[in-house]
Amino acid sequence: MTAAVSVRGLVKRYGDVEAVSGIDLDVQAGETFGFLGPNGAGKTTTIGVLCTLVRPTGGDATVAGHDVARERDDVRRNIGLVFQDTTLDGYLTAEENLRLHAELYGVPRALVPDRMRQVMEMVGLWERRDALVRTFSGGMKRRLEIARGLLHSPRVLFLDEPTVGLDPQTRSSIWGYIRELKEREDITIFLTTHYMDEAEYCDRIAIMDRGRIIVVDTPEALKASVGRDRVQIATDDDEAAISALHERFGLEATVAEGLVTFAVEGGGQFVPRLFAELGVPIRSVSVSRPSLDDVFMSYTGTTIRDAETSQSDHSRQFARMMSR
Amino acid sequence: MTSGELTAGREREERGRAPVARVRVPGQSWRGDLRAVKIVWHRELIRFSRDRMRILTALLQPLLFLFVLGTGLSRLAAAGTHGVDLRTFVYPGVLAMAVMFTAIFSAASIVWDREFGFLREMLVAPVRRSSIVLGKCLGGATVAGFQGLIVIAMAGLVDVPYAPLMLLEVFALQVLLAFAITAFGVMAAARISQMQSFMALTQMLVMPMFFISGALFPVSELPAWLAVLNRIDPLTYAVDPMRRVVFGELDISPAARAALDPGVTWFGWHVPGLLEAGVVALLGATMLAVAIFEFSRAE
Repeated sequence: MTAAVSVRGLVKRYGDVEAVSGIDLDVQAGETFGFLGPNGAGKTTTIGVLCTLVRPTGGDATVAGHDVARERDDVRRNIGLVFQDTTLDGYLTAEENLRLHAELYGVPRALVPDRMRQVMEMVGLWERRDALVRTFSGGMKRRLEIARGLLHSPRVLFLDEPTVGLDPQTRSSIWGYIRELKEREDITIFLTTHYMDEAEYCDRIAIMDRGRIIVVDTPEALKASVGRDRVQIATDDDEAAISALHERFGLEATVAEGLVTFAVEGGGQFVPRLFAELGVPIRSVSVSRPSLDDVFMSYTGTTIRDAETSQSDHSRQFARMMSR
Repeated sequence: MTSGELTAGREREERGRAPVARVRVPGQSWRGDLRAVKIVWHRELIRFSRDRMRILTALLQPLLFLFVLGTGLSRLAAAGTHGVDLRTFVYPGVLAMAVMFTAIFSAASIVWDREFGFLREMLVAPVRRSSIVLGKCLGGATVAGFQGLIVIAMAGLVDVPYAPLMLLEVFALQVLLAFAITAFGVMAAARISQMQSFMALTQMLVMPMFFISGALFPVSELPAWLAVLNRIDPLTYAVDPMRRVVFGELDISPAARAALDPGVTWFGWHVPGLLEAGVVALLGATMLAVAIFEFSRAE
């Protein structure tokens, strides 16, 4: 079976800024593939290239067997898109928005009513089909966009931060729809997220940071690769604590989210030793099992939240470029 | 066009799930592009019909120009109009103005579409960009044409007879003008991403174009600088034939006709109405081509 998405040596530069610095990637048909990374890591740019919206500076990419640079219309016919920002017409009803999409994508007329009903029922909006979209909540709009992205039965559905800006309850309901969708349609889902918990829903994850793919694997394998527990302590003197950890226990610690953070095997058993031998007063301690956060940390040396703070200037710059 | 088919996944049915209506999207074809043009056009109409404020403005604005401005100024101008009511004189200008402002507003919606993201939904569709631009321009022209009909219907109020041929010619000129103006707006919108900038541009270009066009005054014996500007102004070539057509149906003295409807001249040569319409059509087509080029180039 051919890969749904295949990327070789992809580079995208905006002037002096390299948003994507040579990535390789293969996504199999039927997979749910997640791009995980902080804002400004190059996820949206990569998705932009795959959706034919951004011309790559170098490298090759094919989607559904078509080259994204040379066969743009063939790619477009085979993909569904849900962007970070809504692209619905608020002055049209939900049904009119979908009908417009069906016409633009040339969906055979005889199929439109059935297919429209099907995708709207899938996201629970069939009853609201005659309401103007501007009266919809953020979650309803996102659901409608997912329905619209599916209307022409794309082979690959791209979801760029599908749950960003939504409340936790709506986020989990969106994920419910995505899971149901996977069961009902033959479709490859390619999504980006910077929520660690959402990445767990993916079959495979690529961790992206500063324009590069750091690692690609299943969430389980990634977590297993870390193996150690994460310990975070609050101290009166972080620098002294870090050097003490290094000298007495041979552990490499960093300051993340304002806490001295390090990974150690058997974190629970380590805490008594820590208090006894560190020599720096400890105000609080927390131990956690490895999560994707730790995976991200162990591969990039920073937590995703800290990475976002340091790169936020960057990402604003990209956002400006992308909005052209 | 390859016909799509409803193939229910067999394995899925066996597992007892609802069959999936699978859509096969056909390859690019002129019919696909035609559908795109139609739906983009249709969207403009739906949006216009839902916008009550816009419909109200569409009604109010011509009335304002005709009866407030026209009536007010006629108290001053009675001596110079050879007995012709100033409202009647201004009427062809208002015919042009009505479609002009509506058309520019329609074009502005493409800037809104960009700001609200909807433009992207249209631009990523597997159809030629020209279909989108064409649909948009036709939509703007249709909406403006509707506005034009409202002003045409007011003819009786300013003593212009309802002569069928005249009405038809006026309407044709209006639709042509509306199309050209929308094309101009869409062309500008290709490079402008903010509504404020677009509004500033319209203020800077459209108002002067309207005032210079001779919609509100006869175009003969103007001071040289204004005459030059007037002959450059594209709108002149829409207003002038409209006035000619309307005045053709009026029962007025030859002196009044010569004074109020002198016609546009190029170095003393009277430009025929058909050529004037041709100038508008040519400009419209050129701007449409530029708009299509701009949108096709954009990522």
